[in-house]
Amino acid sequence: MKFGVVVFPGSNCDADCYNVIKDVLGQEAEYIWHKETSVLGYDALILPGGFSYGDYLRTGAIARFSPVMPAVIDFANQGGLLIGICNGFQILLEAGLLPGAMLRNRSLKFICDGVNLKVKRNDTAFSKLLQPSEIIRVPIAHGEGNYFCDEATLAELQRENRILFTYCNANGDEDMAFNPNGSVANIAGIINKQGNVLGMMPHPERCSEQILGGTDGYKIFASMLESFQEVGRK
Amino acid sequence: MKELTYKEMGLTDEEYGKIKAIMNRELNYVETGIFAVMWSEHCGYKNSRPLLKTFPTEGPQVIQGPGENAGVVDIGDGQALVFKIESHNHPSAIEPYQGAATGVGGIVRDIFTMGARPIANLNSLRFGGLEDARVRELLSGVVAGIGDYGNCLGIPTVGGEVYFNEAYKGNPLVNAMCVGLVKTDEIALAVASEVGSTIMIVGAKTGRDGIHGATFASEELSEKSKEKRPSVQVGDPFMEKLLIEACLELIQEDLVAGMQDLGAAGLTSSIAECASKNGRGVNVDVLKVPRRETGMSPYEVMLSESQERMLIMPRPGTEQRIEAIFDKWGLDAVTIGMVTDDGIFRVMEGDTVVGEVPVMALTEGCPVYVRIAEEPAYYQKNKDFDLLSLGQTNPQEALLKLLASPNIASKKWIFSQYDYQVMTNTSIIPGDGDAAVIRIKGTRKGVALVTDCNSRFVYLDPYRGGMMAVCEAARNLACVGAEPLALTNCLNFGNPEKPNIYWQMQNAIAGMSAAARALNTPVVSGNVSLYNETAQGAIYPTPVVGMVGLLKDIELRCDMAFKEAGDLIVLLGKFRDELGGSEYLSVCHGLETGEVPEVNLEEEKTLLVLIQSLIHEKILQSCHDISEGGLAVTLAESSIKGNIGCNIKINSGEARTDGVLFSEAPGRVVASVKRADMGRLVQLVIENEVEMRIIGTVGGDEIQVEDSGTEIARLSVQEVSRTWREAIECFMK
Repeated sequence: MKFGVVVFPGSNCDADCYNVIKDVLGQEAEYIWHKETSVLGYDALILPGGFSYGDYLRTGAIARFSPVMPAVIDFANQGGLLIGICNGFQILLEAGLLPGAMLRNRSLKFICDGVNLKVKRNDTAFSKLLQPSEIIRVPIAHGEGNYFCDEATLAELQRENRILFTYCNANGDEDMAFNPNGSVANIAGIINKQGNVLGMMPHPERCSEQILGGTDGYKIFASMLESFQEVGRK
Repeated sequence: MKELTYKEMGLTDEEYGKIKAIMNRELNYVETGIFAVMWSEHCGYKNSRPLLKTFPTEGPQVIQGPGENAGVVDIGDGQALVFKIESHNHPSAIEPYQGAATGVGGIVRDIFTMGARPIANLNSLRFGGLEDARVRELLSGVVAGIGDYGNCLGIPTVGGEVYFNEAYKGNPLVNAMCVGLVKTDEIALAVASEVGSTIMIVGAKTGRDGIHGATFASEELSEKSKEKRPSVQVGDPFMEKLLIEACLELIQEDLVAGMQDLGAAGLTSSIAECASKNGRGVNVDVLKVPRRETGMSPYEVMLSESQERMLIMPRPGTEQRIEAIFDKWGLDAVTIGMVTDDGIFRVMEGDTVVGEVPVMALTEGCPVYVRIAEEPAYYQKNKDFDLLSLGQTNPQEALLKLLASPNIASKKWIFSQYDYQVMTNTSIIPGDGDAAVIRIKGTRKGVALVTDCNSRFVYLDPYRGGMMAVCEAARNLACVGAEPLALTNCLNFGNPEKPNIYWQMQNAIAGMSAAARALNTPVVSGNVSLYNETAQGAIYPTPVVGMVGLLKDIELRCDMAFKEAGDLIVLLGKFRDELGGSEYLSVCHGLETGEVPEVNLEEEKTLLVLIQSLIHEKILQSCHDISEGGLAVTLAESSIKGNIGCNIKINSGEARTDGVLFSEAPGRVVASVKRADMGRLVQLVIENEVEMRIIGTVGGDEIQVEDSGTEIARLSVQEVSRTWREAIECFMK
């Protein structure tokens, strides 16, 4: 399976994602410079974390106009697996591939910490190796991860089961007290209607090896690989 | 802009006279400005150079010692670490956010200038007491500034230290350290190239910000300092991120003969430093420098400290390729001058010569002052303080008080604002071990990093305090399983023209040198920050040590958390009870006095060797050195981190109970060990001739302490943990 890691000026988790795919998952990975206009030949795309364009104007607001984005949007519309992590999630929102917007954290401070996530469903391409209601530990590191959407959108996300991860405590309680940034309904990650695009604020690439303190994140990348191989087998 | 006199630029009459004698004529405005910044303490080290020469700087591990942008040490497999620490105190005092942010930007540039990929940032901070609203504002601003800049660069901020003391109320300290990784055959030095080769400026455009920042950094702070806000530069981390990537591409393609960052004194200092390396001269045309403001004079262009700029000396004929790479990253790369053979630093504005000075006069010509040192009266007075006159306190209450002291309490409020995991190498995160540990991808190796300085000790006894700063750093590295390799230092002091301050400098440096020699951790880079004074007086002398160590096998790293019920707790090192200069005296008795505990370098050295052997043989479950708060706080921290209690039995005997519990005497660590491994531990302890005693066991959910059979403390881990966790947060709400 071949992953493409899109690199915008200011991306800084691009190498981390690349390393996980190549050295941990053992799959092919290549960087895609944001000035490319084609993403032909890739089986999945990663929009990595970082500060694309220095977060100027608004997080992800300028990156979405990068030359590579029309190709990324086409790729997603054709059902290609696309994961946006942190700044990547913010870009997906700006590009309209996922609904909603990001606000500054409730504390108005950047937060780097380990958090618990509740896996809301395991029948998606990104979560099939996780258990339903499983609690996983994944680090966050962001200043603007306070996900917001209007009530109608939230109702739709809930109705369509598109909330994949929520912030919770070690027992799985999804109380506001365990919500690090103030996001609506404790949302940490959502998918699109077709289920092939995931946006999440936490960083699975930072917990894919035991030496970094945990391997829960690995299961998300491994799920992508598993679902790609399943499609191949069909 | 109003023209300044040479005095306003920071030169003395005597210095100006000297310059006139060198030049054999009056100087014009541009030339005066150039001399003023180059002869400032910040650039010229005129008050510290003779003292700095006494540091040990050599060892088989040293690839590059002081004199370059940063020091370099070998870590095997053709790899090396490049590292340095630097101050940004004065800018942070008046503009905390930008001051701290640009401090990070500056030190990071020093590292990638050497061709290294920056892999970790650390810092060392000092503030006044948190009860003060302005201090809280400073802390918030500094932490946000460090975080926003480093986070955007994608360099993890993995460690640091922070202390709060009235001595820093008007003059906080912000020292930033950066560590980079480089292949030994790709190290880039700031050597000037051949005569006729070009000089390019790359990165951000030049504005009017930061003019005379270097001079400002070399004065005492006063009420009028606020007027110097324009001397503080403004940072753009996004620009720096692009600059890092572009510059490292140049190195990979082997396009550069030399690289130099533009820091203090901007274009002036970086050109002078490059040219002075081998007696060359330089012609530079200010009209070619890309600007972001109109109407800038040659003086302003030469002295601007606009951030995120670098000077590049290309290999012959590579200018176009360099321009192409910078264009890819959307950055300027412009040829502004040429290396000459006449030894003259010549500033042109188009065809007009606007300044001409001999390069060597700026660097080698800078005067050196050996000041008068005089032992201050406070030294002997504090040393003679009779600790026996102190009443005993309730040990349990004292422990809780200490855990709530911001100097000891959890620093999570601070480090959670730093991205400490980006680059996916951080194997011991902030707060979990005595030092940060990051892996080197593609190898089994790990690197341990730490900053340390107990400035109260240095104030009370500069010589012992200086030794202790080095010893504690080395001990912290050993406690995570690393072999200490080398150090960088940031020497923060008051006004060296005052004999008592110079005495502090002299003795602290002598102490550091002695310890660095004994522990084989040479000084490979550093920075000096003097004139840290306000109307209220000088700061505590604060020679911060940043040290790096190597773990040959990162899987063997050790943290401070107690692990399993039943494990034995041992004290390695002497049983000591000296309370001089302790946090306990300060917090529980309101005293900062006493004789600083003695330092035995031989014992320290043996202890470090023993700890490393124990960790390499996987005998230790946890390891944590005794420092602020003494034995009791060390035990509490290991319990908090492991979320498990401990039962401690001490026999203070002749000694004071509070002394045994709270002494910060060096050369000691607390470790936990599986019972089954006790035999081997004892064997190694005997072989290494280190003192050791079993002081308790891990288990339960309480920290329980008995002295000679009598219970003196019983606290639930939960309560202790809450006190420790919430202290700083409460202040900052």
